Amino acid sequence: MTSVGADLGEVDLVGNGNSRKPVISVAGLTKRYGDVEAVRGIDFEVIRGETFGFLGPNGAGKTTTIKILCTLAKATSGRATVAGHDTSTEQEKVRRMIGLVFQDTTLDNYLTAEMNLRFHAALYAVPGDAVQPRMRQVLDMVGLWDRKDGLVSTFSGGMKRRLEIARGLLHAPHVLFLDEPTVGLDPQTRSSIWKYINDLKRREDITIFLTTHYMDEAEHCDRIAIIDHGKIVAIDTPQALKASIGKDRVQIQTADDPAAIAALRDRFAIEAAMHEGAVTFSVASGEEFVPRLFAELAVPIRSVSVSRPSLDDVFMSYTGTTIRDAEASSSDAMRQMAQRWTAGRR
Amino acid sequence: MATQVTESPLDTGGEAALVAEIRVAMPEHGLRHDLRAVGIVWQRELIRFRSDRLRAVTSLIQPFLFLFVLGTGLSALAGHGLPAGVDFKTFIYPGVLAMSVLFTSVFSAGSIVWDREFGFLREMLVAPVSRASLVVGKCVGGATIATLQGVVFLALAGFAHVPYNAVLFLTLFGELLLLSFTLTAFGVMMAGRITQFQSFMALTQMLVMPLFFLSGALYPLNGLPTWLSVLTRIDPLTYIIGPMRHAVFTHLDIPQAYVEKLAPGITWGNWVVPIGVSLAIVAVMGLTMMSVAIAEFSKTE
Repeated sequence: MTSVGADLGEVDLVGNGNSRKPVISVAGLTKRYGDVEAVRGIDFEVIRGETFGFLGPNGAGKTTTIKILCTLAKATSGRATVAGHDTSTEQEKVRRMIGLVFQDTTLDNYLTAEMNLRFHAALYAVPGDAVQPRMRQVLDMVGLWDRKDGLVSTFSGGMKRRLEIARGLLHAPHVLFLDEPTVGLDPQTRSSIWKYINDLKRREDITIFLTTHYMDEAEHCDRIAIIDHGKIVAIDTPQALKASIGKDRVQIQTADDPAAIAALRDRFAIEAAMHEGAVTFSVASGEEFVPRLFAELAVPIRSVSVSRPSLDDVFMSYTGTTIRDAEASSSDAMRQMAQRWTAGRR
Repeated sequence: MATQVTESPLDTGGEAALVAEIRVAMPEHGLRHDLRAVGIVWQRELIRFRSDRLRAVTSLIQPFLFLFVLGTGLSALAGHGLPAGVDFKTFIYPGVLAMSVLFTSVFSAGSIVWDREFGFLREMLVAPVSRASLVVGKCVGGATIATLQGVVFLALAGFAHVPYNAVLFLTLFGELLLLSFTLTAFGVMMAGRITQFQSFMALTQMLVMPLFFLSGALYPLNGLPTWLSVLTRIDPLTYIIGPMRHAVFTHLDIPQAYVEKLAPGITWGNWVVPIGVSLAIVAVMGLTMMSVAIAEFSKTE
């Protein structure tokens, strides 16, 4: 009963040619809120059974895209279909096919876990006699069956998220949308949430679409799309994306960073930049380059680190910034906006 | 439709089959599904009301004060205008009974604003059900809990010298239900627009109190100055409190002349609005506001 991989393989064989059919397909999608263009023309397809990740900093357009796919927002232009149904003209059909776990909790804190699920079952027309066994199945999966009579307000953040995942699966959706499924959770809970998601992929024939701004989470995906400023800048498997860079990342801390950057440019023709407080650049073979660096760079070096390409580097090479820098600058911008706003009100 | 199930590594084969069953058996959208949605939204209102006994008690305090404190305190003064044998408390009882459902109805709709702030509204809005069924469930749910609260007050009728008569009580019960429904629909309509709980409370409170005072809940509608007379006829609550008072006074053991004096019909010029029309006005208003609410909640960003 646990020979999971083999079973999934079999399904592909008997899947009457449908298995490579896209479950989600998006073409020329844009979304504008007043003057702000949140999504600026994106195209992608998600194949049945895959785990597809949208990776990008906050404000890149991830949540807007999910909202359009879930029929919660209308696209300004372009087209999106989920499970063969148009998200703007066949909303109810799309809603029937999808499960959702939002970034912010959408549980009723004043009801028990069970009642939250029963509410969901009624809204999704789960047949009456299937509700109880299916509820047991999904609650067992996230380890909350024994807490089903507890009020949701007494649950921890991690338990709530698990309950939401269980609820999102209750009506056996074809596609499960997870918007930042682990944001705001401690590392231990995050890894347990991922364990449930990976279990789920093995148990049910389901396509997962998720957004994240954690690089390590993107590694769990079969394919990822890197989204920045409302555009997809790269789309591939995490391995292929990393291989596409083919360079190691070197970070050095020096006594005089601007001088070091200038020296790197003059001496080695390398474009370096400041990231995360260190002079950062990419070279084909980091280990071989470091001895030369020590020998030939006039600026004293305090520390050096060489790393194999990670998704961070992929992100940096496609967007010209690290995801943390992107987040920092967006929160800076927000802070400035807030300051301006309060100043104006005074 | 091809079976979409793969397998489920649980202990029994039966549960694996379940997944398939649920997927394939999910019925097409239909009336039964909508009714089920109405039912569950209604049930949620009841569960939440049951778990919040404090709210039930506190919202009865205000009508209690009106009837027993204000009613008793003013009876010596107001008694002069009343025929012998009619207590001032009896006179204001129908109005105060209406008051007992007033705030509960409107504020039960406020939970939508609350749900929006805490995200639960989204769970409802992405579900494959018509938004109409969600709004109807909410209106019926709010009407139910408000009426239940009115029933508590109905039980106190004896203290206001209102006789316990089955016909009277059924009439009052029906009228309370209608009133609660219309008020909840009003609240839901407001909640479709207002996204902050504080604003909702402030605005509805600001609207509900004048509606109550202008409805003739605490005074008879005849012999009023023109400006107030016009305002009372515009106030929708007038059209429900009038019939309620009429029901109470026709069941009192007093001469017909007193009934006409204390519970006169609502007049438009020289025309006395029949009770049926009066109730229909309230029902149509409720249904209209509910339709507006449905339209509001059917919009997509």
